[in-house]
Amino acid sequence: MSGLHLVPIYLADRHRILDRLGVALERTFLTTVRIRKPWFDPEVSFDKSRGQYNSSALLKLLLDDPAYSGGKVLGVVGVDLFAPVLTYVFGEAQLDGRASVVSLHRLRPEVYGLTADDHLLFTRLLKESTHELGHCFGLLHCAEPACVMHASTYVEEIDVKSEWFCKSCQTTVRSTAG
Amino acid sequence: MRQEAGSILIVDDELSVRDSLEQWFRMDGYRTGGAADANQALELLQAGQWDIVLLDIKMPGIDGMELQRRLRKIDPDLIVIMITAYASVETAVQALKEGAFDYITKPIDPDELSHIVRRASEQRRLRSENVRLKEKVEQLSTPSQIVGESQQMAEVLELVRSVAMTDATVLIRGESGTGKELIAQAIHANSQRRYFPIVPVNCGALPESLLESELFGHEKGAFTGAQYRRKGKLEMANGGTLFLDEVGTIHLKTQVDLLRVLETKEFTRLGGSRPTQVEFRVVAATNQNLEKLVEQGSFREDLYFRLNVFTISIPPLRERREDIPLLAQHFLEDYSLQMNRAFSDFHPKAMDLLVRYGWPGNVRELANAVERALVVGKPPTVHAQDLPLQLSESTAIGVGESLADVERAHVEQILDRTGWNITRAAEILKIDRATLYNKIKKYGLQHR
Repeated sequence: MSGLHLVPIYLADRHRILDRLGVALERTFLTTVRIRKPWFDPEVSFDKSRGQYNSSALLKLLLDDPAYSGGKVLGVVGVDLFAPVLTYVFGEAQLDGRASVVSLHRLRPEVYGLTADDHLLFTRLLKESTHELGHCFGLLHCAEPACVMHASTYVEEIDVKSEWFCKSCQTTVRSTAG
Repeated sequence: MRQEAGSILIVDDELSVRDSLEQWFRMDGYRTGGAADANQALELLQAGQWDIVLLDIKMPGIDGMELQRRLRKIDPDLIVIMITAYASVETAVQALKEGAFDYITKPIDPDELSHIVRRASEQRRLRSENVRLKEKVEQLSTPSQIVGESQQMAEVLELVRSVAMTDATVLIRGESGTGKELIAQAIHANSQRRYFPIVPVNCGALPESLLESELFGHEKGAFTGAQYRRKGKLEMANGGTLFLDEVGTIHLKTQVDLLRVLETKEFTRLGGSRPTQVEFRVVAATNQNLEKLVEQGSFREDLYFRLNVFTISIPPLRERREDIPLLAQHFLEDYSLQMNRAFSDFHPKAMDLLVRYGWPGNVRELANAVERALVVGKPPTVHAQDLPLQLSESTAIGVGESLADVERAHVEQILDRTGWNITRAAEILKIDRATLYNKIKKYGLQHR
């Protein structure tokens, strides 16, 4: 695999959190991680009637990369995402594909009326980023509760699982990345 | 580890909706398909097997309501979930009346969607299991799982047969581990209610507040954590048998509610306002002395009379020792099959131990002892040393009173436990090997 590209989209204080995320993902996927500026205008994915950004539209923008040279791409978004028909999503990915996107918005404790917690926010972001990238490596949701590929429909479920793949998912990622 | 999921067909005229939902379910391991209109949906359904159909009510041409009717003609077991905009909730309710499993409003809350689909998959699984089970019911209707040839058990089985066909309330009494639940199942399986469920409620295992919600069910929001409406056991037992295990442990307040239900066959869910009608038979079981509880004031007398219509008392295993060899052999065959171990019999010494032991935990303890023996032993014969230690160390009934008798039994027991390893047995007995050989000779012990 030729690397992983992290693309910050509407992300304030992007360097601190992206640098940390990059280091952690390098360790998990055993690959080099590069941070790139977006090459598109993300505003076209905004849906006025919902006040949210369309995750499927963002995926398309990420895929349409003029400088594409292989590898996977993860858009890290600071705003709230939805997929058509669903009220919100934490992220979206192409199954067995190249692009994925993850939103920080609903991972923030403040959104649920709780005190901001940087450590918790980063842990959640790492889990969801690993999860979405796992889909890009062909992984489905895993029944193992501690596996990072376990499905999470609300934020507490993210906190329950670990940031690691179970043995079986790990094997799949290694063989696909190989 | 990949989840075993089913197949979902999404019928919606909007491409983005189909794509979103297909993508969502594919991540969960479902096989997905999309149809833009009724014709495509019917084609896909005729071409292959689908477990669940997500169906948009509003579509050009044949709408979702009509399509549901047609789909049902092709596959009556199909689970249909309607998708609707807020404006058409009334139509969705109509769809439910016509057999849709549930409906979901656009835009869909991911949490609600996962919940509904999980429930739908479960229902689909239960339905197909139900068909298989119905076929099995007839062959299970004879209480074949109840093993025993003793006079006492013959009387119990006779009582079961005679009371099963009536609709009378039955109270099963017996020590822990005597098989009260099996008797309850036998009563149900021999009754006219056998095609309906027997729903067990372990009253002792639940705290008071949970027992209430377990029995009566609750409405959404009835208490913290009640996120969805939930049917109670009383409702689930409708048409069948409600088996109240450890009935002596029910709290006084719940006893009042339960008594009212038994009398009126009507109850209200927690947090609900309308009463629900139910119809079931009650079989209760206890290992406690209910009369004493009534005397102490911890069990209501009126409930006691309501439950104590017909009593079946199961004798403890120690009072029907003649059943032990039969039961032991039954468990041996059963577990051998389950564990894929080729055991066929018990060594006479092992059987002797089993028959002489007091079995405070009754049949359950015997089953556990045999299961353990099959794990540690070597096929095809279960030996005395394979049985749990407390059996061989129990004050064996029938050993002589003299010191020599006790010494003989003890030496033999240690030899058996060590598989006649003389060095090891001598170590345990804290004597030298020569002395042990002398004792073997003196008592004429033999390695069987």
